[in-house]
Amino acid sequence: MADSQATVVETDVQNPELRHHFADMEQQKNAASLGMWLFLVTEIMFFGGMFCAYLVYRTSHFAALAAGSQTLDIKWGAINTAVLIVSSVTVVLAINAIQFGRQKLTVAYLVITVLLGFVFLGIKSIEYTNKFEEHHVPGPGFHFTGTFDDNGKQIPVAENEVQLFFSLYFAMTGMHALHMIIGIGIMSTLAVMTWKGRFSQGYYTPIENAGLYWHLVDIIWIYLFPLLYLISRHT
Amino acid sequence: MASAAIPANSIPVAKTNYLTNGFSLKSWLLTTDHKRIAVLYLISVTLFFFLGGFFAMLIRLELLTPQGDLMQADTYNKVFTMHGMIMVFFFLIPVVPATLGNFLVPLMIGAKDLAFPRINLLSWYLYVIAGGLFLHCMLVGGVDTGWTFYTPFSTAASNTHVIEAGLAVFIAGFSSIFTGLNFIVTVHRMRAPGLTWDRLPLFIWANYATSLIMILGTPVVAITIVLVAVERLFHLGIFDPRLGGDPLLFQHLFWFYSHPAVYIMILPSMGVISELITCFSRKRIFGYKFIALSSVAIAVLGFLVWAHHMFVAGISLYAAMIFSFLTFFIGVPSAIKVFNWTATLYRGAISYTTPMLYAFGFIGLFTIGGLTGLFLATLGIDVHVTDTYFVVAHFHYVMVGGVLMGFLGGMHFWWPKISGRLYPEGWARLSALLVFVGFNLTFFPQFILGYIGMPRRYWQYPGEFQVLNVLSTAGASVLAVGYLLPMIYFLWSLRYGPIASANPWNAAGLEWQTTSPPPTFNFDETPVVTWEAYNYEEIDAHPQEVPVGR
Amino acid sequence: MAKEHVVSVGTYLLIGATLLALTIATTLIAFVNLGPFNAAVALTIATFKALLVILFFMHVKYTHEKMTRAVIVSGFFFLAILLALSMSDYMTRAWR
Repeated sequence: MADSQATVVETDVQNPELRHHFADMEQQKNAASLGMWLFLVTEIMFFGGMFCAYLVYRTSHFAALAAGSQTLDIKWGAINTAVLIVSSVTVVLAINAIQFGRQKLTVAYLVITVLLGFVFLGIKSIEYTNKFEEHHVPGPGFHFTGTFDDNGKQIPVAENEVQLFFSLYFAMTGMHALHMIIGIGIMSTLAVMTWKGRFSQGYYTPIENAGLYWHLVDIIWIYLFPLLYLISRHT
Repeated sequence: MASAAIPANSIPVAKTNYLTNGFSLKSWLLTTDHKRIAVLYLISVTLFFFLGGFFAMLIRLELLTPQGDLMQADTYNKVFTMHGMIMVFFFLIPVVPATLGNFLVPLMIGAKDLAFPRINLLSWYLYVIAGGLFLHCMLVGGVDTGWTFYTPFSTAASNTHVIEAGLAVFIAGFSSIFTGLNFIVTVHRMRAPGLTWDRLPLFIWANYATSLIMILGTPVVAITIVLVAVERLFHLGIFDPRLGGDPLLFQHLFWFYSHPAVYIMILPSMGVISELITCFSRKRIFGYKFIALSSVAIAVLGFLVWAHHMFVAGISLYAAMIFSFLTFFIGVPSAIKVFNWTATLYRGAISYTTPMLYAFGFIGLFTIGGLTGLFLATLGIDVHVTDTYFVVAHFHYVMVGGVLMGFLGGMHFWWPKISGRLYPEGWARLSALLVFVGFNLTFFPQFILGYIGMPRRYWQYPGEFQVLNVLSTAGASVLAVGYLLPMIYFLWSLRYGPIASANPWNAAGLEWQTTSPPPTFNFDETPVVTWEAYNYEEIDAHPQEVPVGR
Repeated sequence: MAKEHVVSVGTYLLIGATLLALTIATTLIAFVNLGPFNAAVALTIATFKALLVILFFMHVKYTHEKMTRAVIVSGFFFLAILLALSMSDYMTRAWR
């Protein structure tokens, strides 16, 4: 592990962003970065609890989960996956821009990232509305009409067990969407701060660390898409 | 030559220290000074301790008689739930890391503050908000699920304020996560020059290992509480058997955190003991590397054993055997610590100061608690004693006989550093004795009660259990006095105690190289460390002009 | 100041395109009957995508910090423990 030596760099002392308890900007940056990675680990474990529930129920109630999965619109799921991937690209392009000191370009990429985030949430709200209309939202109003195989024959599946799929679906995508909303808030704030000249070639650590958060939210969706939408599409 | 100690009377008395640097409420409530935040935590945590103790008193009063005559059964359920939730989430988990840890970690590594001082303050505010929410929950009727929130009672049947209590615990969990995050980054990135990992005080290793658990485990209980709340509110039934869900899944997710949580509680206290044993036997610790690595081993192994809380819940026998097997292993690093502390004492120059009395108490009581853990890990015994007072006695031995004794020992040891005053040694030794006697009188009878069959969480019991219950309640009264006395004399010492020098114990460690109390930024110059930890032979070879302790 | 490794825009676009291609692939493969291997293939592709994001977008490939890798690995390791030991219960419940 790299020991940061407490050598004071002359230029750093004048850097207004240097906090008093750090010896130099490099130590401060390394600390901030490590802190963000540790926070991301907590997010992995946070979602991990739901992945554990998913794994348990997929193993014990495969048919019910597959039946539920087949009612999801795969097109929206795939589009959303693409949207998030493109938004991760715009995030890294924003960081690339600020590394070259191009503040306006950075703002542009951050704004595009935010817009893509809204597109994602918009699609999710379309999907949730569809689920509501089909009475697939868990609770007293839940009603599942069953799925059919290629020959048009109805596949028997316990209605109450299928509700388990939708509970997992709403819990996992709902929590993910909440994290997207937070991410949009953070990226918007950073866009405004960049516009006001707060970041430069010499200091852009918050954008980097926010980018790490955004990428993790993308990675979680990368797993949610196949696990929720693609359980058993070949039947 | 590498002498750690600067003669105490050569350290200039600070014109301002962290306590006198601003007296306004704002300077305290908006502070980012880790020492002030530690004091804020100390006050909050103590308040919750006495509130949890109040509920303990209600339990012991009810159990004086076999009949349920003090309160109704439903009320009793709420009382033991409140006692458990307050003590676990609002006392035991934060007590050593957030008070002693926050105060000492930067000082011990020669840093000016923690890595993220504002997040440290946020951490305290989250604790206070969580605490406030929990108090409100209590005032509007409380919760009766037990501190363990088991489903399906908590999701489907309980008509008490489960969500509010769960939300309070959720927020307190994030307070814990931020503290752990801060400690890990601080220890990795902000050690003074020359302070390599193998020169760190063992208190730092202990808090580091604790922080690993906080980061990895707490989020899982957080999501579990969210799922319980969501099941109650929106009928998203994940643990609901009517939907094919498994109530045991809740228990798996809950205990995945809550077992490592007990290591969050004990590890920092063990770190304190290492500091006390070395100082009051004037010796290097025996087996430094083993104790340091055993802390990390406990942190890692602690994640592999959670289902030993579920042996009779309905898990498969084969899983039970796996978890039982793994649970035996975790006794090994704890035993290594106890052996090494004992070996450190051998041929040491022992002084029986209050901190040392608490350290001795810890070693004895933690050993008993730990050994009874082995009984519980054994499947054949566990089926008989699980959910009885045997378990209650076991965990109180390790939590109260362990964590709390370590905390009290540490509070006495570092009180001069924190407050700049000396506490009255006579009263302190008396309190330590009362705590030890009171504790054993309270909880040893409970081992017997559990063994002969008294279940836990019952508000009435058969008459043949009464004698032991009366002994237990009597012990609790003595214990209460033992806890109240330090409150009184610590507060007294703030005004009337003798002024402390920089290093009244002549102890090793960077925290003793600055004034008592320290200045706001800890050190005038960043120290450069060239010596091993606990170099008491060198310190004692250069005797101080200031008398050593008492 | 430490020298920051600047990743080229071209690399980012290439990785982004790869991720999009893999998304299309995983969607199409889902309609092919691979029996029990459908899940394994889907998860493998997802893991590969996640690795690309971690290594290139999150700069883990270019960092000198060993701590970063240790932190990531331990995060997934403990998640694996949660999943594996929980499943050790569920998968053996039917055994007699």
